[in-house]
Amino acid sequence: MNRIEMQFKKLKEKDKKALITYITAGDPDIHTTEQLIYAKERAGAHIIEIGIPFSDPLADGPVIQRAAQRALERGITLQQIFDCVDSVRAHTQIPLVFLVYYNTILAYGVGAFINKCEQTGIDGLIIPDLPLEEREEILPAIQNSAVALIPLVSITSRDRISAVVQNGRGFVYCISSLGVTGVRQDFREDLNEFLGAVRQATDLPLAIGFGISTREDIERFSPYVDAVIVGSAIVQQVEECGGDVDRVEAFVKNLVVG
Amino acid sequence: MKLDRKFGSFGGQYVPETLMNPLIELEEAFKEYCSTEAFQKEYMYYLKQYVGRPTSLYFAEKLTRTCGGAKIYLKREDLNHTGAHKINNVIGQLLLAKKMGKTKVIAETGAGQHGVATATGAALFGMECTVFMGEEDIERQRLNVFRMELLGATVQPVSSGTKTLKDATNEAIREWVRCAEDTFYVIGSVVGPHPYPTMVRTFQKIIGEETKKQIMEAEGALPQALIACVGGGSNSMGLFYPFIKDTTVKMFGVEAAGHGIETKQHAAAFAEGRVGVLHGMKTYLLQDAEGQILPAHSISAGLDYPGVGPEHAYLYENKRVEYTSITDTEAMDAFQLLAKQEGIIPAIESAHAIAYGCKLAPSMQADEVIVICLSGRGDKDVHTAAQYLESTRV
Repeated sequence: MNRIEMQFKKLKEKDKKALITYITAGDPDIHTTEQLIYAKERAGAHIIEIGIPFSDPLADGPVIQRAAQRALERGITLQQIFDCVDSVRAHTQIPLVFLVYYNTILAYGVGAFINKCEQTGIDGLIIPDLPLEEREEILPAIQNSAVALIPLVSITSRDRISAVVQNGRGFVYCISSLGVTGVRQDFREDLNEFLGAVRQATDLPLAIGFGISTREDIERFSPYVDAVIVGSAIVQQVEECGGDVDRVEAFVKNLVVG
Repeated sequence: MKLDRKFGSFGGQYVPETLMNPLIELEEAFKEYCSTEAFQKEYMYYLKQYVGRPTSLYFAEKLTRTCGGAKIYLKREDLNHTGAHKINNVIGQLLLAKKMGKTKVIAETGAGQHGVATATGAALFGMECTVFMGEEDIERQRLNVFRMELLGATVQPVSSGTKTLKDATNEAIREWVRCAEDTFYVIGSVVGPHPYPTMVRTFQKIIGEETKKQIMEAEGALPQALIACVGGGSNSMGLFYPFIKDTTVKMFGVEAAGHGIETKQHAAAFAEGRVGVLHGMKTYLLQDAEGQILPAHSISAGLDYPGVGPEHAYLYENKRVEYTSITDTEAMDAFQLLAKQEGIIPAIESAHAIAYGCKLAPSMQADEVIVICLSGRGDKDVHTAAQYLESTRV
């Protein structure tokens, strides 16, 4: 059982939901990224999603695009990110997952990337531009590792849901809305139905993400999922305060329900 | 019948899950409608009556004499309505969009040629049109922005990344993820996720089909060589495709070498030889060691793209097509040469193909034949050309 699976098991025993929080690695710098990971854990986050900056982040809205651009302008490298993970692992066993675009993995080498994730203690990969159809390129390597391939499903997935979740591990990332990441005012009415369909298709925990920014949003979805993912709202905090760790900690603390 | 998702190991569908069903629906509709007689009839009707096809295959006698060697023919895509080959594809995709019941279209554009073609088609078919264009390109191509707006389209400025075609494409894909239910995304080249490269090639292969017929009439034989410029690669794919099985016909794809391959300021994806994933496809790309996409450079905005269509990547690997490159300077020399020799001002994109033709012709015999795709006319480029000539005057 890897750290994600253990975390969900522990939370389930306590009848609690998981809070997954995102940050872009290297925004505003890699040292702050490390401090932000600790701050979020202190604030009550259960899983940390670390975004690897990419020049062309197709699935991201303006907030996370800007964060990636800031990090790249400061010269962030994969080596620095892996070093950061190494360093984090000396302090905490909180589950860590990467949000990584496929070209980053390809450039590093699929096998080498997964090995490196396993060595440094990354527990899962969310690859937003690697749908079911292209997954076979990475499946053999990842299935032989402790790293979970976290599948993404969307409202438009419909008849695809059961196939998409099939080789998944860790949790299923349910995309709350059409479009890219970023804060939203309302959610679609057919969301509950969608989450029900995903629940039927898998025993994996369900996490909902895209557009979730407030405690109210979290409470709205809690009955239907096992975890909520908050991304852009936190990155926006980081942007506004230039990476003020206390402020981000307070923001995350305020999201924690109950 | 299922269409191949890949060309060898290239192409594919590297897109967010949200787009998979829209892409599957698009493929289904493309297969259902586009091969039917009724669709073909309608498509050909608009290409003939509205676009002005067939375009001529013109024997450039003076250019041939100047270069010395093989006979040079020009496939005159510059004579199409809107001034380039882009409209062939737009008419096909918009007819398909109509069949699918979509009322809105979006497109990306670099130089503005595909944006203008899409805005034109949207006006013709009464559809709402939004064109994504990088802020830097908006600055460089004001005239085309005005044309699109005149045609009733909304030009949406893109301020992310390099603020050029690459980022306009990202933004168009992001928008499509949001609104695929009622919106058709008209991709302008043989790039993007499957089925786009196959679909765009299908709507551009008329260039090669006409060429084949016309050269048989003019010369009674197939040509020895075909030359076309390659940005994403739609005019070249359109010219090459009907000749792929004619193994005696050599094919040359000409990328933009910008300031020179060695300066790193170029747009020649094959010159760097690195495969990656961008805009939903696996192909050759300009990228650094960590897979970050590098900005392309070419004096021609239409070739200023860090990738190349996946079918080209396939034709490169199996060596059916030879890919080469031409610098800004060589292209601008050819631009002026064609204007003075033949009275044709080519698009700077097409001038890259002309420049390579002028290099190749002297190495061939006088009874051999080269066909060069003159993909567009240069009216849009006179401002860039004036600036260039000004800067090189000593």
